[in-house]
Amino acid sequence: MKVKDLVEINNWKLLNENEGLNRDVKGAFVGDLLSFVMGNGEPGNAWITIQAHLNVIAVAMLREFSCIIFVDGANVTEEMIDRANEENLILIQSDSSAYECAIKLYNANV
Amino acid sequence: MLSEKYEVARDDYANAGRVSSQVKQYLSSLGVSSDVLRRIAVACYEAEINMIIHAWGGAINLNVTDDGVIQLIFKDVGPGITDLEKALTPGWSTASEEARSFGFGAGMGLVNIKRVSDEFDIVSSEEGTTLTIGFKVS
Repeated sequence: MKVKDLVEINNWKLLNENEGLNRDVKGAFVGDLLSFVMGNGEPGNAWITIQAHLNVIAVAMLREFSCIIFVDGANVTEEMIDRANEENLILIQSDSSAYECAIKLYNANV
Repeated sequence: MLSEKYEVARDDYANAGRVSSQVKQYLSSLGVSSDVLRRIAVACYEAEINMIIHAWGGAINLNVTDDGVIQLIFKDVGPGITDLEKALTPGWSTASEEARSFGFGAGMGLVNIKRVSDEFDIVSSEEGTTLTIGFKVS
């Protein structure tokens, strides 16, 4: 499944558009402690988090995540979007909880 | 031997991870395998973050030796780690409330670094901490 398919299926808010839309999504990871995410995330994961600051973009790129899904209405800044676009990383926003988003990913066979 | 040097500034949260990205890109251009690159990215990021949130900044030296070892030396300017044994215990952290609010301070930084690296050495005093890690590429 591609990142763009996830957005279409779930009506999540797409915060930016770049080549990252064509990345393959391989599993998902829920986490807000950055060291835990760095230590345990896998390449291709869709990362579900409430952490919304510049460092999250760095973690996602270094860990080679397919996209970031910000949950519970986490406030994503323009600066974050600019940095993500530099890296061709897709940012998605949802008002739902991490739990609800994880269920949606599971139901989408991620 | 190839060598590169990068500077890291104290409390520079906004740019945290930049050096790690540069290191990863540089090593990728040398043809280092993705598995090794991922391990280096984890270790480099954790050590870079430590320099920003715990230390007063410092420098990162990257050496690629002729016999196939990638060495990273993180040398900060203080204040040092008072109890290295505790610092290497999973879950133990001295991170500030501010740092924790950003998702740092899980107490897994040095633990993660040690787990993914092939060589690990750390020395610390009030003058600063030097962390040396190595990765075998052949």
